[in-house]
Amino acid sequence: MPKDIYDVVVIGSGPAGLAAAIEARKTGAEDVLIIERDKELGGILLQCIHNGFGVEILKEDLTGPTYAQRYIDEIEQLGVELLLDAFVLDLSPSRHIYAISQWSGFAELDARAVVLSMGARERTRAQIRLRGTRPAGVYTAGTAQRFTNVEGYLPGKRFVILGSGDIGMIMARRLTFEGAKVERVLEIMPFLTGLTRNYVQCLLDFDIPLQLRHTVKRILGNQRVEAVEAVQVDEKWQPIKGTEEVIPCDTLLLSVGLIPENEVSKKASVVLDPVTGGPFVDEGMQTNVPGIFAAGNVVHIYDLVDWVTEAGIVAGRAAAKFAIAERKRAARQVQLKAGENVRYVVPHVMDKEALAEEDQKLRMRVVNPIEQKVWVQVMDGEDLVARKGQRYARPGEMVTVKIPQNAYDAVQKADALTVNVVPR
Amino acid sequence: MAEETTKIICITCPMGCTLEVTHDGDTITKVDGEECKRGKEYAQAELTDPRRMVTSTAKVKGGLHPLVPVYTAAPIPKPLIFELLATLRKVELQAPVKEGQVVLENALDTGIDILASRNMPAA
Amino acid sequence: MAQKNYDVVVIGAGVVGSVVARFLSRYKLDILVIEKEADVCMGASAANTAIVHAGYDPVPGSLKAVMNVAGNAMWDTLAGELNFPFERRGDYVVAIGEEELPALDVLWERGVKNGVPGMLMLSGAEVRRREPNINPEVSGALWASTGGICDPFAVVVAAAENAVMNGVTLMLDTAFEDFVMEGTRIVGVKTNRGTFGCRWLINSAGLYSDIVMHKVGIRPEFKITPRKGEYYVFDRAEITINQVLFPVPSPVSKGILVTTTVHGNTIIGPNAQEIEDKEDRSVTQAGLDEVWDGAQKLVPKLDLRHVIAVFAGLRPGGNAPCETPGVDYGKDYIIEIPDKVQGFVNLGGIESPGLTSAPAIAKRVIDLLQDAGEKLEEKADWDPIRTARPRFRDMAPEEQKILIRNDPRYGRIVCRCEYVTEGEIVAEIDAPIPARTYDAIKRRTWLGTGRCQGGFDTPRVVEILARELGVSMLDVTKKGSAATMLARRTKDVEG
Repeated sequence: MPKDIYDVVVIGSGPAGLAAAIEARKTGAEDVLIIERDKELGGILLQCIHNGFGVEILKEDLTGPTYAQRYIDEIEQLGVELLLDAFVLDLSPSRHIYAISQWSGFAELDARAVVLSMGARERTRAQIRLRGTRPAGVYTAGTAQRFTNVEGYLPGKRFVILGSGDIGMIMARRLTFEGAKVERVLEIMPFLTGLTRNYVQCLLDFDIPLQLRHTVKRILGNQRVEAVEAVQVDEKWQPIKGTEEVIPCDTLLLSVGLIPENEVSKKASVVLDPVTGGPFVDEGMQTNVPGIFAAGNVVHIYDLVDWVTEAGIVAGRAAAKFAIAERKRAARQVQLKAGENVRYVVPHVMDKEALAEEDQKLRMRVVNPIEQKVWVQVMDGEDLVARKGQRYARPGEMVTVKIPQNAYDAVQKADALTVNVVPR
Repeated sequence: MAEETTKIICITCPMGCTLEVTHDGDTITKVDGEECKRGKEYAQAELTDPRRMVTSTAKVKGGLHPLVPVYTAAPIPKPLIFELLATLRKVELQAPVKEGQVVLENALDTGIDILASRNMPAA
Repeated sequence: MAQKNYDVVVIGAGVVGSVVARFLSRYKLDILVIEKEADVCMGASAANTAIVHAGYDPVPGSLKAVMNVAGNAMWDTLAGELNFPFERRGDYVVAIGEEELPALDVLWERGVKNGVPGMLMLSGAEVRRREPNINPEVSGALWASTGGICDPFAVVVAAAENAVMNGVTLMLDTAFEDFVMEGTRIVGVKTNRGTFGCRWLINSAGLYSDIVMHKVGIRPEFKITPRKGEYYVFDRAEITINQVLFPVPSPVSKGILVTTTVHGNTIIGPNAQEIEDKEDRSVTQAGLDEVWDGAQKLVPKLDLRHVIAVFAGLRPGGNAPCETPGVDYGKDYIIEIPDKVQGFVNLGGIESPGLTSAPAIAKRVIDLLQDAGEKLEEKADWDPIRTARPRFRDMAPEEQKILIRNDPRYGRIVCRCEYVTEGEIVAEIDAPIPARTYDAIKRRTWLGTGRCQGGFDTPRVVEILARELGVSMLDVTKKGSAATMLARRTKDVEG
């Protein structure tokens, strides 16, 4: 079961979340919790089994899982707490979190700082308004990647891939490696949308045809995909009549872009930039909501994982600093509690340093009338901190007691002060 | 043999320079279009002995997942890729697997090992 | 040789077949429902506007009008007993510009003649007040307070489940092939999964009802012409129109609506295109464009960027003339026991408002059977109540806590857009009518219908289905045997 409160809670454990959690610990956050929806840490890196990660910041060319493993090892060494196979149901602007998992049940916890690192989701067929039937065999590239590389199942045997983004091209090679046939990669833009080197080593190397300015006009097949009808488009992305071509296949993969995943952010009233689809952030990756930070594809879509890690470091460091400041502020505060015959005390908390400035007045109402001389006592446990005598106490008349400046030292030791109104 | 010009796209870094390589057989006489010296090295290798890093997966028994990702410790000759993949399909490891563990030693006598990309704990 | 003899065989488990079976399950009858698809509610009942119509639209005097109004009145009881989502929100027919106002009077007249209660004429200003997103050119609206919305899939599942709980046998993946006759009497039915004897056969085959009746020589001139309707679904996080808004109707259909689902998604559609193919549910550019233009007329501020799904449905439009003397209407329902053959309850052309009419049709079928001399004896232990299974998303945190404590599988979210848990998926697989396909899970739990459209949940659902059904992941399908989701294991390259 997670604890009631953490310095930093990181939501999502892809490259941004891993880096943020590590950096938060290194910056001095005492307890850091990662909430991850999968059964293990690493996020989408675990299914990106190709290499090309880490060249910028680690000066090594690593595969996705190896890159993740480096950070996961560090997470283990630093003693970061984990809530795996879990899901954040709600996050409030005051950083109160509802999270569930089948292992921990329904957990409620607070965070002094939160790092949002939920990554992105893939655009779907509806968002590009694909026409035709709705058979089995239409997958986003990422879903197909998870099936192929992690679950151990190939989603089809003959593929058409829509979109020349990196995931699409890398999947073209990956599927070819596992004995599937990739008939075509179609790209609606007049240029490649992924990296050139992926075009070379994923498509050119294996003679997989790429058609620019082409899209899928419609999907054919009622039960399983039987073919797609490809078509050339003009400068305004409108299909050019007469250029239609039916390509037989059993699977259509969509690699048509990513959208920052900000459902949790919205619950916390985090304001999003309509251009990026991610939160507005400052130089420490703090959102408009104090104490809520964001890093990685949740903010905007990156093309290099190394830079996602860098963003995670920035956010993790800033989050830890925020949490430490919160902790210090909380440590300076003393709770003011209603004790014997007192209904309430205002203020409820007091900054201990306030006594350095001036005497502090506490006001309250009593529960029962006492028609004789009373003490209004401010206690730290058994120790008297301040008191005042009155001739009587009645619920209808507000009672005031002053904590004098000379009680400064006594107050510094206290976690809480209790006020009693008792007969003399 | 006569001189000829071949266009090669360099994949050393994300820049992806298009190199115009003038060569006489395997002997390069001129390279245009590169942004750094690694381009020339790449062009030479691509003409004489093109190699690629290969990443794939291997079966695991009793693991958290049924496959573990693997990679070639160094780039292997391009013509050997599919033979390597066929060989890899026959490999079955037993969980737990450690990152960096040798999955296939001296694959196809290239002197290059195939290594596990990550830890695969037992289920 | 018949494998088993039944009193009644129902062809088709759409809304009509399922509700008829559920109503008949009250009586001491052995009932079999056969359905050619892998799940109930796979045809016209599945893809429509999900509206329970008030009844001001059908031609007065038609069977359609009678069934619509009678059916509408039965929905509160039906929803109360079967526990599916149903809300009587009322609906509006909206006139845009002064020239459309007279059309509202026509509908009003029809509504009065059809006996529709609770109608009201509203001014343009009142409509703008009630729905601020409406086209400001609105000149007035007909408001029908008895209009409602439901989840049609939940309705059919609930009705079919309650039938099964009360002893009805449901056979999925079972297609009607032919009748077994003794002279002019139907004594059985041949299917791809064997022959079954019966005393009564009920044709509720929807799009295929013409083919079924032609096989037994009834109404050779009757023809179902599928009318395709296409729809857009919007992200409920981005836009919510909480009203059911009809345009003034055209001669062929009730027009392109802007409406809402019980799940809170705004949907627009349908257009109406007559086609030949009874299985062509493809969406087309032309159709979607037509829907878009039509919907913008009512709500101009709709934004294409917020669309999360498009789909098409087929209405089983017939050509049966209305039998009421003096009523000239050529697309009426068929609800009859014909004289030419014995043992045949013939239902045909049950298009919109077929969902609304279903309970009234079921009641009519019972009346017809009794008129034909069938002694219907009530079962002592008939249970009209079907309870709903927990929906994590709709629960308060305290209830969620208890649910997870009692069954930790409710603590594992499988669909992160719609908050569907593993517990709910397993409950659907263990239900009286087991969900056996991805789409069956999707339509029962609403999983995979959100922003990511299944991108996240698919591998997990396939795994759960395989585990719970005791099959390989390779055998898990989207919507039936030919719709497999995976081709092979990654490393099993053939040849």
